[in-house]
Amino acid sequence: MSTIRIRARVQGDVAEVRALIRHPMETGQRKDKKTGQAIPAHFIQQVKCEHNGKDVMTANWSASISTNPYLAFDIKGAKAGDKVKLSWTDNTGKSDATEANVG
Amino acid sequence: MNMKRRVFLKGTLASGTVAVAVGAGLLTSGQVLAAWPESAFGPRSFSEALKNLHKSDNLSASDAIEIEAPDIAENGMVVPITVKTSLGNVESIQILVEKGNSPLSSSYDMTPAVAGFVSTRIKMGQTSDVVAVVKSGGKLYSARKEVKVTIGGCGG
Repeated sequence: MSTIRIRARVQGDVAEVRALIRHPMETGQRKDKKTGQAIPAHFIQQVKCEHNGKDVMTANWSASISTNPYLAFDIKGAKAGDKVKLSWTDNTGKSDATEANVG
Repeated sequence: MNMKRRVFLKGTLASGTVAVAVGAGLLTSGQVLAAWPESAFGPRSFSEALKNLHKSDNLSASDAIEIEAPDIAENGMVVPITVKTSLGNVESIQILVEKGNSPLSSSYDMTPAVAGFVSTRIKMGQTSDVVAVVKSGGKLYSARKEVKVTIGGCGG
């Protein structure tokens, strides 16, 4: 299962893209309550947003984005059936991508 | 794995920033595909973060930027922030927490294909002004809004 859920709805000629990503977004400042060991930083650094295969926006994140991040943005000149793709990469080199149709 | 990716990986290995060298898509040229701006996320100083990102911390206050954020955030772990702007030629939007450990929370590189709008949720450790910076036509504009935090969301 993908870690990314995308909903893209067209309003006029704008596609409202709303996405939720499942990710711990660890800051590296928290300590494990049992062991007292620091929990290593683990957070998404970049989210790349594509519209019909074309890059439209890149989000650069720090660890201060909340756990299970939410991201919303609007793509101009979009219509139903267009493809929206989001792909993230985190500081450990992990990544994921999901594509959705504009509805 | 195409050739460009190989070349790119070699280049970044040399400069020692392997962490940002992920994703073959980063290779195509274009303004929105720059590497993760590590130097802007590191500093503890607000103006240093801006200078590292934009080479300037000269902000003009603008009524054309609107920040939607709660006046009081009961849970600093999840503070919804929305930035809207009617400025044209938006190149990027930044969300900063002035008193944050590292003030730059996130930065959005935009092409003209997206509207001047972004919304996300951030963590805040204490009451602070949230500052939205919009780069438009090569200039930096900003707006700010205080968010009171009852229970901090960093550390713990």
